[in-house]
Amino acid sequence: MTSAVSAPTRPSPMARFGHWALNHGALVGLIVLCIALFIATPNFLTVSNIINVGIQTAVVAILAFGMTFVIITAGIDLSVGSLAAFSAMVSAWTFTSASMPGWLTLVIGLLAGLLAGAASGLAIAYAKLPAFIATLAMMSVARGLTLVISDGTPIPTAGAVNWLGEDLGPIPVPVIMMALAGVACWFILSRTVLGRSLYAIGGNPEAARLSGLPVKHILVVVYALSGLFAGLAGLVLAGRLSSAQPQAGVSYEMDAIAAVVIGGASLAGGAGKASGTFIGAILLAVIRNGLNILNVSSFWQQVVIGCVIAVAVGFDVFRTRKES
Amino acid sequence: MKFTRMTRSLAVVMTGALALGGLAACNRDGGTASSSKGTVVLAVSTQTNPFFVQLANGAKAEAKAKGVDLKIQDASDDPATQANQISNAISTQAKVVIVNPTDSDAIAPSVKSLNKAKIPVIAVDRGPSSGDVASFIASDNVAGGRQAAKELAQQMGDKGEVIHLQGTPGTSSSRDRGKGFTEEIAKHTNIKVVAKQTANFDRSKALDVSTNLVQAHGGVTGLFAENDEMAIGAVSALGSKAGKSVKVVGFDGTADGFKAVAAGTMAATVAQQPTELGKTAVDQAADILAGKKVAATTPIKVITVTKDNVKDYQ
Repeated sequence: MTSAVSAPTRPSPMARFGHWALNHGALVGLIVLCIALFIATPNFLTVSNIINVGIQTAVVAILAFGMTFVIITAGIDLSVGSLAAFSAMVSAWTFTSASMPGWLTLVIGLLAGLLAGAASGLAIAYAKLPAFIATLAMMSVARGLTLVISDGTPIPTAGAVNWLGEDLGPIPVPVIMMALAGVACWFILSRTVLGRSLYAIGGNPEAARLSGLPVKHILVVVYALSGLFAGLAGLVLAGRLSSAQPQAGVSYEMDAIAAVVIGGASLAGGAGKASGTFIGAILLAVIRNGLNILNVSSFWQQVVIGCVIAVAVGFDVFRTRKES
Repeated sequence: MKFTRMTRSLAVVMTGALALGGLAACNRDGGTASSSKGTVVLAVSTQTNPFFVQLANGAKAEAKAKGVDLKIQDASDDPATQANQISNAISTQAKVVIVNPTDSDAIAPSVKSLNKAKIPVIAVDRGPSSGDVASFIASDNVAGGRQAAKELAQQMGDKGEVIHLQGTPGTSSSRDRGKGFTEEIAKHTNIKVVAKQTANFDRSKALDVSTNLVQAHGGVTGLFAENDEMAIGAVSALGSKAGKSVKVVGFDGTADGFKAVAAGTMAATVAQQPTELGKTAVDQAADILAGKKVAATTPIKVITVTKDNVKDYQ
């Protein structure tokens, strides 16, 4: 609140609430939406449905956490949906064809995502390809390789991977993985030199370079991280379906980008938070889950999600303009 | 001043949420006809393919006729979305779930959770690779592939070169139709399959793929597409050759497919009866709700439709 007024009076509670709401638009939207859905259908706020929403958020949230790093640097990663499928397929293939132990196939799947992401990062940092183009190319390459490895048919995954789709006591493992990814994202962004430097690069890459930040190295690390998170998301998805699907994760990059943007990040770089991304991902899952329970056609769901993205970003622009 | 602006922005958010609520309200069925007997959920693989649209319509019409409270969920061909929809059906306590899987392997965990929740499962068009289903209703795709090969061979005069357009890699329908076709066409030693390419069951994709293949293989006289959408795409690519020097056989028996057969651009289609698939599924769901026994498998006939008998199906 940059009140240019020298009013000595404290703002009224209502105004303070308004101010808080303005800064947490996505969260307010989420709460309002949950209340509306609760009124609309008694099935929305049941324990089993809340668990459902958790599981249904997991894959996109994990992708979106990885995407947050990229978007803060003013980049974009269009390959994450394909990388998710690719990592899961590599993991499944090492399990069925090379009969490696389950835990190792899991690690190899994650590594596949990390390396593919690093390859995009190298192309962006050193070959100077625009992020949009480099990751668009990677999206096609990774999807193609996924189809090549699998010959277009789903491959069963190892028990260790399937465990990612099961429950640990009362808590579903996908939710645990989402929490781990979220905490990792928050920790890197707010507690490490790397994280702080991402904001600098996104805010002003030239200034960041001149102040001695190894911008190229950092960019490679950022896309590698995005790939690693995509790998984890892909393995969780495969675990839920007990198989690596050649067409898994198609268009999930769009959901991930939407979640990050709804969460208040700017595609111009320099802004974004793990908590915002998480709320964005939950908001998308709640919309889908709620409209599903209300039996709204999937065609309308797409219309609604598009409107929500537009409203969220419009709201954000309005807020920043007010603040400046 | 500041305050009013803030209120306005809050109003934006509220309006958005209300719009959602309103939209939901418009879309809700007044399905109270048999809420006493419970809801039946039909999880359908996609609603952008005419075949599955007909399947859903057949189910809808039968549900209306029998007073079954039917909710239709569309997975847009994404196995993960379908898994989500089925877990939603479990938490909303559906009494019977009819599932038309996007993929046989991917649906297995969902079928197992339905088994755990003691909700009877009816599988339509594709079955799960594991888990228990009360009833499985499907066209025989392998037999259909064989029928397509027989018809195509006969119309080609038992000799020549054939292009085979495959469906989405990894779908069981593509696998089975391809298998039946490949096995049967191999028996005709003077017919050679010169190209096998996927066009993802998609009309526009098939137009491109066929154009390229015809460039490479100018002498083909036959083309088998694993669904009518691709066959129609191929017909567009072949232009004036379609139906004259090149015989095109499709699969599914969609309205457009029948039109093309009647017009002579397609030589034949192996017609499934999607409306029948949907109708039978709802019938069996109604039987389960009424506590009656249902058959474990119900094969729905596929019929080779040519110019001679297309009138009976249009």
